Amino acid sequence: MTTATRTRRPGGADDAVGGVVPGEVVRPDSTEQVAEVLRAAAADRRTVVPVGGRTKTTWAAPPSSADLLLDLTGLDRVVEHVAGDLTVVAEAGVRLADLQASVGQAGQLLGLDPPEDGATLGGVVSANASGPRRLRYGTTRDLLIGITVVLADGTVAHAGGKVVKNVAGYDLGKLFTGAHGTLGVVVSTTWRLHPVPPARRVVTLELPDVAAAGSLSIALARSTLTPTAVELIGTAGGPGRLVVLFESIAESVSDQARSAVALLGGGTESEDLPDGFGRRPGGADDVLLRLAFAPASLAQVLGALPAGAAVSAHAGTGVCSVAVPAGDAAAVLPGLRAALAPHDGTAVVQRAPDAVRDRLDHWGPVGDALDLMRRVKDRFDPERRMSPGRFVGGF
Amino acid sequence: MTTLAENPLAGPATAERTTALAGRLRAAVGTERVLTDRAQVRTYECDGLANFKVTPAVVVLAESRQHVVDTVRLCSEAGVPFVARGSGTGLSGGALPRADGVLLVLSRLRSLGPVDADNRQVTVEPGVINLWVTRDAAPHDLAYAPDPSSQLVCSIGGNVAENAGGAHCLKYGFTVNHVLGAEVVLPDGEVVHLGGRAPEHPGYDLLGAFIGSEGTLGVATELTLRLVRVPEEVQTMLVGYRSVEDAAGTVSDIIGAGILPAAVEMMDSLAIEAAEAAVSCGYPEGAVAVLVIELDGPRVEVEAQFKQVEEIAQRRNAFEVRIAADAAERALMWKGRKSAFAAVGRISPSYFVQDGVIPRTKLPEVLAEMKRMADAKGLRVANVFHAGDGNLHPLVLFDDAVEGQAHEAEELAGDILELCITSGGSITGEHGVGQEKRMKMGKQFTPEDLDTMQLVRCAFDPDGIANPGKVFPTPRLCGERPGVRKGEHPVQAAGLGEVF
Repeated sequence: MTTATRTRRPGGADDAVGGVVPGEVVRPDSTEQVAEVLRAAAADRRTVVPVGGRTKTTWAAPPSSADLLLDLTGLDRVVEHVAGDLTVVAEAGVRLADLQASVGQAGQLLGLDPPEDGATLGGVVSANASGPRRLRYGTTRDLLIGITVVLADGTVAHAGGKVVKNVAGYDLGKLFTGAHGTLGVVVSTTWRLHPVPPARRVVTLELPDVAAAGSLSIALARSTLTPTAVELIGTAGGPGRLVVLFESIAESVSDQARSAVALLGGGTESEDLPDGFGRRPGGADDVLLRLAFAPASLAQVLGALPAGAAVSAHAGTGVCSVAVPAGDAAAVLPGLRAALAPHDGTAVVQRAPDAVRDRLDHWGPVGDALDLMRRVKDRFDPERRMSPGRFVGGF
Repeated sequence: MTTLAENPLAGPATAERTTALAGRLRAAVGTERVLTDRAQVRTYECDGLANFKVTPAVVVLAESRQHVVDTVRLCSEAGVPFVARGSGTGLSGGALPRADGVLLVLSRLRSLGPVDADNRQVTVEPGVINLWVTRDAAPHDLAYAPDPSSQLVCSIGGNVAENAGGAHCLKYGFTVNHVLGAEVVLPDGEVVHLGGRAPEHPGYDLLGAFIGSEGTLGVATELTLRLVRVPEEVQTMLVGYRSVEDAAGTVSDIIGAGILPAAVEMMDSLAIEAAEAAVSCGYPEGAVAVLVIELDGPRVEVEAQFKQVEEIAQRRNAFEVRIAADAAERALMWKGRKSAFAAVGRISPSYFVQDGVIPRTKLPEVLAEMKRMADAKGLRVANVFHAGDGNLHPLVLFDDAVEGQAHEAEELAGDILELCITSGGSITGEHGVGQEKRMKMGKQFTPEDLDTMQLVRCAFDPDGIANPGKVFPTPRLCGERPGVRKGEHPVQAAGLGEVF
C-alpha cells in the first residue's frame, strides 16, 4: 500500500464502530487512493469498514471484524455544481451542511435533512438517512442521480449520470443506498437539487394524545395542501405536538397555514421551527428504533409503542422513530414487530449503546428476498470483507 | 428494415428444445394459452420499435401469477430464454422476442386492486393500462403521476421495466419514484417481494435496481403504486416562438427563477407541422418552436408563478401566449404534444424516434449541433421533447424508398445519441436501452461500470435467461469477476458472441 504514511495510523478507541476498534485507520483523499487501498486490502484479505463524519458509527449492527477503517473525509470536494441544471457532483466525504452552504449560494438546496450534525454525503447514502422534509423531496433514492463506487476488489464503477432523467443501465445508486458499506465504498455522488423556497410558515398544534396525529396526518394528505413536512414530536401514550411546515412563496405559505389551522381545528402560526424539530428522540443511553409502515397506520403504530417512550414521526410518510431505554429494547422489539406486521411494518435498531448490542436483533425479519440479497452480497463481496456483519442476514 | 441476426447461442438442437418445452408449457398453463403456430406467434414479432423483428418460438398468454411462475420455471429448467411483454408499446426493442425462446405475454394480467385512498396506493397486475390507474384514482382526488405519451395503451409492467416517465417527470419524478413494491418472479421461478406498502424495508433496495432493468432481472406479477393528490390548481399555457433559442432560453429562465413546473414540453416547427396535420391542435401559426408549460399546486402559488412564467416568455420574445381556459383547452394543448410521434408519419414515410438526455443548460447548443448534423446528411429532424428535464426525442425523418436513406438516418440517430453522451447526458431518458441502444452502452459507461451492473444481473439471473441480449452490449458469463479481463471473452472465443 503506497498511500502516504500520514494518512495511515493504528486504530484507537475513538475510532470504534459499533464498539469494534479497527486495527488500522487509512484516510485516502482520492478515488484512485480508495481503489488502491481496497486492492491492497483484497490482497491481504483484510476486512474494511468505511466511515465518513462518524455520526452513524453506532447505527446498524456492529461489524464482526474491522481490520481497516477507511476514513473518507479526505474526499471532500464539491466537484461540479451546475446551477442551471439543478445538479451537483460531490465526493462522499463532503459534509451535507457544507454542500447545502455551497449550493445555497445559488439559491438551491439538496432536499435531504437528516439531523446528524457533521454527516457526510457518503454516510447519508450508506445509512439512507433522512429527515422531516422527505415528505416533500423524497429520500436518497429519489435525489441521488449518479454514483461512483469502489468495489471490494478495487474496481471503480459509475452508474447513473449527471442528468435527472436517465434510465440507461441498472441503478446502482439505489442498491448502495442503505447498504451500510457492505457492497463497496461510495466515493462520489451526483444529486438533483431544488430551489430554496423563499418563505416559510409553521403551524404547531398541541395534542393531548400523540395518537391524534394519525387521523390528522391523513386529513392533511387528503387535502390539497402541500406541506414540506408534517412532524410529530411527543411521548407514546402521552401528549405531543404536530408541526406542519409550509415552504413556498409568501402568499402561498400564509394562505396554506391558515387553511391548515382550519383543517386541524386549531394550532398556532409562526415563522420559526420549534426546538427539537427533525431531531431524533432519546439520548445516547437509549436504543433508537426506526419504524416504517403503511403511512395511514400511524395511529395504530403509536398505540403499539411502549407508554412513555419518546417519539418523533415523519407523519404522512410512514416513518417513525422511537427511543426505548436500553434495558427494555430486547424485550420490546418482538412485540412491536408483531404489532407492526399487519401494516407491512418493520422495526430496525437504528442506534444502540455498545453495552446492549449483542442482545438485539438489529434488523428483524427481512422477508422472502433475503436469499436474493445474499446473492447480491456474494457477487459484490464474495469474501465478505466489506463492513461484515453490519447488515441484514448477518452479512 | 434492419435485419437482426438470429440468436448466436442457438444451436441445431434449439427447435427440438423449444418444441419439447411447448409441450410442457401446455400441460402446465393450458393448451389454449400456448401458441406455436407461426401465423399466430408472428403477431408478437416486435414491439413499438418495428424495425427489429424476430419471430418467437413459443408465445405464452399468461392469465395468472401461477402461469408466469410455471412458464419461467419451465424455461429455467430447459435453459430456454424468455422475454416478458405487455402492450408492446416500448420504443427500444426491449420486448423483442427470441427466436429460440418464449415470449411471455402479460397483457391478460389486468387486475386492478381497490384504491387505498388513505395510504395513497393501489396494487395492480402488470398488464393494467397506465391510464386506468388514474381513472380509478380520480374519484378519490388521486392520480398516478408517470404519464408516458402512450399512457392510453401502455401497460404498467412495461412502464416499470423501462422506467418510463413522461411529461411530468420534471416535478414528480419518474416511475421508480412511484413504485412502492413489487412481486417478482425471478428467472428460476422463485417468487420474491421487493419493497411493499411501507417504505424502507430492511435490506438492499432491490426494488430500485429492478425498476428499469428491462426484463433482465425477472418478471413483475404485481406492483404497488404510489398515488399523488390531484393539485388544487393546474394551469397550462402554450407559447409560440420564432426561434428555438428563445424557447430553450425560456426554459432555463423559468428554472433559474426557482420555479418547478409540472411539465415543460417543446416542439419545433416540423413536429408542430406533423401534429397539426394529424390532430388539428391549433398551435400558433408560423411558430418555429412552441412550449407547453404546465404549473400545478396550491392556487395562489400557481397563479403567482404562472404570471412570472408569462413574463419570462414575453422577455424571451414569445409572439403568442395562450392560456388554457378550461380542462378541454388544456387537453387540446396536450393532444398535439402527445400525438406528435405518431403524427410524424403524416409528413414523412418513415422515421426513427430517438430518446437521449442532455443537461438542460446545453439545450440551445445541442439543438444547433443536431441541425448541423442533419443538414450535413440532407435529412430532416423533428424535435419534440421534455425540455424541462433535457429529455430529447429527435425524430429522424427519412424515405425508405430512397436507396441508402434508412441507413443514413439510422447513423444520424446514433450520432445524436453520442452527442447526448459527449454533452454530459444519457442515451435514454425513458424508452430504455433495449435491443436498439445496447451498442451505445459502452460509450456511456466503462467496461468496469458494465461489469459491475452484471454483478446484479448474475445475482438475479445466473443462467442469463431473462431477456438476454438486451441492455448490455456484450454477453458475459456470470462466473467472471469484474475487472478481470484477460484476452478474448470466452463467448466471443467460441464464436458464439458478437465482437463490438
